[in-house]
Amino acid sequence: MAFLFAQFLTGLANASSLFLVASGLSLIFGVTRIVNFAHGSFYMLGAFIGVTLMELLPGHVGFWGAILLTGLAVGAIGAFVEMVVLRPIYRAPELFQLVATFGVILVIQDLALMIWGAEDRLGPRAPGLRGVWRIFGEPVPKYDIVIIAITPFILFALWYLITRTRVGVLVRAATQDREMVGALGVNQAWLFTGVFALGSALAGWGGALQLPKGGADLLMDFNIIGAVFVVVVIGGMGSLPGAFIAAVLISVLNVLGVTYLPQSTLVLMFVVMAVVLIIRPYGLLGREEVAGEHGQVGAPETPIRPYGTTGQMLVIALLALLAALPLFADRFLLILMIDMVVFALFAASLHFILGSGGLVSFGHAAFFGGGAYAAALLVFHTDTPMELAFLFAPLAAGLLALGIGWFCIRLTGVYFAMLTLAFSQLVWSLAFQWREVTRGDDGLVNIWPSPWLSGTVPYYYFTLALGIGGILVLRHIIHSPFGYALRAGRDSPRQAEAMGIDVKRIQFAAFALAGVMAGLAGGIFVFSKGSVFPTELEIAASFDALIVVFLGGVKTLAGGVVGAGFMTVAEDWLTRLEYWRLVLGLVIIAVVIIAPEGIVGSLRRLWTRLRGTDEEALQ
Amino acid sequence: MTEILRVENLKKSYDGFLAVNGVSFAVKQGELKALIGPNGAGKSTCFNMLMGQLKPTAGEVFFDGARITGKRPREIWRMGVGRTFQITGTYQSMTVIENVQMALISHHRRLYSVLPRAWKLYREEAFEFLKTVSMQDQADRPCSILAYGDLKRLELAIALTHRPRLLLMDEPTAGMAPTARVELMQLVADIVSEQGVSVLFTEHDMDVVFAHAHHIMVLNRGELIADGSAAEVRANPQVQEVYLGGGTLFKEASHA
Repeated sequence: MAFLFAQFLTGLANASSLFLVASGLSLIFGVTRIVNFAHGSFYMLGAFIGVTLMELLPGHVGFWGAILLTGLAVGAIGAFVEMVVLRPIYRAPELFQLVATFGVILVIQDLALMIWGAEDRLGPRAPGLRGVWRIFGEPVPKYDIVIIAITPFILFALWYLITRTRVGVLVRAATQDREMVGALGVNQAWLFTGVFALGSALAGWGGALQLPKGGADLLMDFNIIGAVFVVVVIGGMGSLPGAFIAAVLISVLNVLGVTYLPQSTLVLMFVVMAVVLIIRPYGLLGREEVAGEHGQVGAPETPIRPYGTTGQMLVIALLALLAALPLFADRFLLILMIDMVVFALFAASLHFILGSGGLVSFGHAAFFGGGAYAAALLVFHTDTPMELAFLFAPLAAGLLALGIGWFCIRLTGVYFAMLTLAFSQLVWSLAFQWREVTRGDDGLVNIWPSPWLSGTVPYYYFTLALGIGGILVLRHIIHSPFGYALRAGRDSPRQAEAMGIDVKRIQFAAFALAGVMAGLAGGIFVFSKGSVFPTELEIAASFDALIVVFLGGVKTLAGGVVGAGFMTVAEDWLTRLEYWRLVLGLVIIAVVIIAPEGIVGSLRRLWTRLRGTDEEALQ
Repeated sequence: MTEILRVENLKKSYDGFLAVNGVSFAVKQGELKALIGPNGAGKSTCFNMLMGQLKPTAGEVFFDGARITGKRPREIWRMGVGRTFQITGTYQSMTVIENVQMALISHHRRLYSVLPRAWKLYREEAFEFLKTVSMQDQADRPCSILAYGDLKRLELAIALTHRPRLLLMDEPTAGMAPTARVELMQLVADIVSEQGVSVLFTEHDMDVVFAHAHHIMVLNRGELIADGSAAEVRANPQVQEVYLGGGTLFKEASHA
């Protein structure tokens, strides 16, 4: 019993940092409606800056002063990011801001690497709080007790700031109706910057406060972001008490999980989140989102059209070129092309639900990796012939999509995104921790195609036929009545329902189809590499697909495919550089701000301008 | 004339506040009936309960004798009730004619078909519907660049595609220029007389209401205070009280 209580205290102490970071994220989301993926990066910066300052400043005053200063510094960095990166794109759809903050993550990662180096830093102990106190005979670090004592004051201070001060009134008003607050003469831009700075500062404090318990390393940003999102979503977006309750819940569960169910630590958090969202779709203390704001960037989406003769000729020429490639290309180019086609099909399947359906999924890798694993498991454990196992890739991914979609489709916007993320993390942790079956991070190896496909050239044609075939099928469906119904549900769900369209059912079917296609891509992938690892299921893999769709252009049909082609080549080049993340991050941010219509969208605009056949020009 | 829509003792309360308090009325076959009332009287709440967007707290709605209370909008639509919205909800990423084709695809139950090209389906038929609202010249323009009045007419064409027997129109002329209002309501009146469709509409413009509606109902603070011909409603002292605090109301002489 005493042991359990001590465990509980450890959980509470861990909850403190988590709550600080999560409350910052929640605050930022509440006011600016921006889901700040870079929040983990501010946490990491807090840890590194904190360590540096603590080394410079000595003694009691130095330690606590360093923590205070760290928050202020990180807050200033947050304000800078908000002004430079986010301010130009507030009116853009949610996805743009997400992608921009993802660019910020990459930039901060490499900057931190440049400044602090790749080595992990151990946090200094808090002066005067080095030992343990005995509670019911169990040792509990003094620092933990102090943190547990401090946290309620922080919660109270935040609560006071938000509910009792003039600034808080403005912030809450902005959460409800930004335009009205603007119309009342409040400088919205500075309000947003201020809130973003405060949110970042909270993340920075979270990073600095945990130093004596942990330290600072370059993986902190991704390691905490999953937990932070879980906390914010469980608590309810924008609710401070909710974030506190959820932080305690998750931290305590984690500590107990490590002790009693070490095999399931990773899964546990996401299972809790999934259960909460299924029972209370908007979190414990959250409110239903008033129909998400969808700003427009540039011209409204133009009606889709099949390619004209010129376009068709171009596509045919491209296909002919791809078909003739083995005649003059070397093996490495063919392998690069296989990667490109696989990625293009994966991206096209995401683009299908995202572009036509408006369903922003953060967990699409679950179906790509799920398909790859399904085929690989069959080969690995039962020696199933490749041809049969391959068929199981799209089949299993489709079934998985049916299962996950059943839970997720009922939600919309950010909550939909978060639940898909949670489920994909669930799939990932299964692959990672169920070692008896999946061999964990050793991966499944020796998954090779049948002899007739084992050469690079035959497999290249195999990839071409199925990959390009899949992309063309998706394209055709976008132009079919089903594709139109999907778009109708995205454009105006109310109107669609009032004309007999079961929007959720259409979306469910589309989600499953996208899963099948992602699984197909996964199947081609696994037999081309001969192996599969849990990395294919990671959040980063889902994000890659999102970024690619966005780079290509969400509002264009070819966006996913072109973006994937661009990304494969760009990564092939960039990863040779030392600080490639920095470059990639800057490119992403630049595209978001300068060319928000993506590659295809921008090219098309250029084209119509050159030809002067704009619809407006006709009038 | 037979009754096409029957509403019995409809109620909607929000945390104890009765937005609609026991409203009962009927719409007859081939009738053009208006529901008017000051802001906040409960008109839109009423409408949203008829078409299934809102669940009533109490009361029943019957369409052509069948109970439709609490059914979903798409089920009610399939039974033959059309609706237009106060703020149009057309599909911005489609052309004008594709918007109509979409409704036809749904009507013909081809929503899950993946083989044909959608814009080739029912194009002729859609074109005919555009003609009834004189939108045929704009058939292939993107919906996103239409003028507001044209959007309203397009919405009407869309609402007619499944040959509804009852049409619910929430403020069909809101936000339109005065001449365009008269034109649109004339169009609706023609459709009522030619196709025998019944129409129930809410409206703020009293000129439109008194010029076209066969019968008028007045809603105030969630309660129906009048239901009758234009002359009866005009003479109703309670209605006069609500609208003008006792003064005379909508005199026919006002046109002189």
